[in-house]
Amino acid sequence: MSTEAATLGPARIALVGNPNSGKTALFNALTGSRQKVANYAGVTVERKEGALTTAGGRTLRILDLPGTYSLRARSPDEVVTRDAILGRLAGEPAPDVLVCVADATNLRLVLRLVLELKQVGRPFVLALNMYDIAQRQGLRIDLERLGAEIGAPIVTTVATRKRGLDDLIAQAEALTISHAGEHASTWREPNAAEIRAAHAEAQRIFRACVKPPERPDTITGKIDDVLLNPAAGLLILATLLFVMFQAVFTWATPAMDLIDGGFAALAGWVGAHLPEGLLGSFIADGLIAGVGSVLVFLPQILILFFFILLLEDSGYMARAAFLMDKIMGGAGLHGRAFIPLLSSFACAIPGIMSTRVIDNRHDRLTTILVAPLMTCSARIPVYTLIIGAFIPQTTVWGFLSLQGLVMFGLYASGIVSALLVSFVIRKVFWRGTVEPFMMELPTYRWPEPRNVLLNLWTRAKIFITRAGRIILPLMVLIWVLATFPYPPEGATGPAIDYSFAGILGGWIEPLLRPIGFNWQMSIALIPGMAAREVAVATLGTVYAVSDPDGATTALSTVLSSQWSLASALSFLAWYVFAPQCAPTLGVVKRETNSWLWPTVMFVYMVALAYLAAFATYHTAVALGAG
Amino acid sequence: MSDALAFDSSTDLASLGRSLGEASRGDAGVIVSVTGQTGAAEAVEADELERRLLEMGFVEGAHVEVLHEGLFGRDPIAVRLDDTRVALRRREASAVTVKFDRTPT
Ligand SMILES: Nc1nc2c(ncn2[C@@H]2O[C@H](COP(=O)(O)OP(=O)(O)O)[C@@H](O)[C@H]2O)c(=O)[nH]1
Ligand SMILES: [Mg+2]
Repeated sequence: MSTEAATLGPARIALVGNPNSGKTALFNALTGSRQKVANYAGVTVERKEGALTTAGGRTLRILDLPGTYSLRARSPDEVVTRDAILGRLAGEPAPDVLVCVADATNLRLVLRLVLELKQVGRPFVLALNMYDIAQRQGLRIDLERLGAEIGAPIVTTVATRKRGLDDLIAQAEALTISHAGEHASTWREPNAAEIRAAHAEAQRIFRACVKPPERPDTITGKIDDVLLNPAAGLLILATLLFVMFQAVFTWATPAMDLIDGGFAALAGWVGAHLPEGLLGSFIADGLIAGVGSVLVFLPQILILFFFILLLEDSGYMARAAFLMDKIMGGAGLHGRAFIPLLSSFACAIPGIMSTRVIDNRHDRLTTILVAPLMTCSARIPVYTLIIGAFIPQTTVWGFLSLQGLVMFGLYASGIVSALLVSFVIRKVFWRGTVEPFMMELPTYRWPEPRNVLLNLWTRAKIFITRAGRIILPLMVLIWVLATFPYPPEGATGPAIDYSFAGILGGWIEPLLRPIGFNWQMSIALIPGMAAREVAVATLGTVYAVSDPDGATTALSTVLSSQWSLASALSFLAWYVFAPQCAPTLGVVKRETNSWLWPTVMFVYMVALAYLAAFATYHTAVALGAG
Repeated sequence: MSDALAFDSSTDLASLGRSLGEASRGDAGVIVSVTGQTGAAEAVEADELERRLLEMGFVEGAHVEVLHEGLFGRDPIAVRLDDTRVALRRREASAVTVKFDRTPT
């Protein structure tokens, strides 16, 4: 059969199932991809395709879909699932085989979905995933009977350990040949009575095939008694976030010093070994000072992601959403907005994409508009640089780092302003009703170390590649602008004042002088549009070019001698709000299908940034920090 | 187990119960009716809410127990629903009527 299989064309297999049943983990295990998995609903919002080759040499194309409780799609992500399964996507026939992925410890709801899938008329396999947990709990499932009841082959899998995959592939492939169970689709949207009837049937099958677990999970209840305690819960959430930002500062310092020292030594070596002149300046000031000033933040970004990954993989995220629901609802945000907003701490782009789980258009737009106010990881370099240069490294109350405290304050300003902006949008512009909110609270699980490490590795790669692909070429450009043209004969001021960068900065500076920016800060904002952290790299290069000691002096030392405290604080305030990220605006355009919303976002954020920086600068000057 | 109640949503049974929206922590019982009517201004139609509740597993005959309440206005609530845990707002919960067999002391 293997040779026969190889001559058959590729088959398309789609993974469907309830949210959080392990579809993406299974997809990754089958195809060797690295899609994001996490212990909460709504992680996958797009269709993702990958391929595998069977032992017999046949290509199977695997489709990972957003999780759903029914084919009756209600939000944009569920529409994708429904249309992919029914073959309604343009240029894409219905998949040859469906693999319904079920959490073996939570079969009740998925059995009703299985009954709905049967009407679609595609051959399907039921994969009982998380079978390791089912076995640990002593859950007994009569697989033979279950298979007979639903009329489809059943396999047991442990996606995170790659167990049961061969069996799954074999069963799915067999169906592509036998077409067992294939018929024309009879699916249509069920009404309430039909859903009830399906529930009754699913319940009957469940009772017949599943014996309750001998050792049910009790730990989740005990943990929730603490974490969801009305008073303690919010306090614990705040403490967790606080510890996270403290750790970002205190744990990262040794590693950052190491990287910083490395780049300074490299720049020194280049300075000593390359002839004085254009090439030496280009390498030391342009490349090393620019790229190095960004790469030094890798440890901090990894620590932040480490915390986020632990929270995601353990199942805490859904609890955080529960605790925050009333506060978010009070600000007019949809209950499902919490997770998109939280992802925006990493980067607003995945955050904005994950708003697809929100069904109501106004709710979704509101969330999109405020998502960039959450402090993304690209702002970390900017914040850290300025904080490191201007905020003393003292401890408050004996144990809190003052720098960490300021960082926490910046994150908090982002969150508070997101709530305020959304409040204004929902109370002034779109006064609407509140959408229903229901969410499963997943069972707690130990974070999978492999998953955490792989994710960190992916993050590190993204960060470093960005430094190479976006920041490096920009730095070349900025070095050119900061170096040419040379000053005229007999010029008295510093050479950089006569360069393009100096001229350009001089043009913008009057606009930004009221908020305390000098021309170097002004010019740093422009390339910062491509990626926020480039602002730091630009400052690195601009000051390295103009400094006779070049790239060997730490940028933070240079800044603390050149900027007033008021200007520094104003720069921070600007960065809390500024929409300085062209890719984010691009994604908003794509997700809303109109230039209107990116424009609205840009205008309101620039206005807020300018106001905040203005207020900060003048308050600081009045207090004597000018 | 009250199997006799399962999937019966006749009104006389519903009148036996109380709204899940008014339940407190520790209240446990069996769902006797799911209507989609919350009594408040609706963002989605009653029929739509009813179907969403059903799809999440809020169906006549299912066991519910209120596990947790939020800090502000004791909203939202987290309930055990058969063998899953679900968080929802009281507003939506009020479309579900439950015959409680045990109330907190
Ligand atoms: N113990 C165990 N955990 C699993 C298994 N499959 C997935 N997980 C975990 O379950 C969670 C949900 O997985 P994910 O693939 O994101 O689910 P999806 O929403 O269906 O795509 C993640 O935390 C995974 O690490 C499994 O077979 N066993
Ligand atoms: Mg997924």
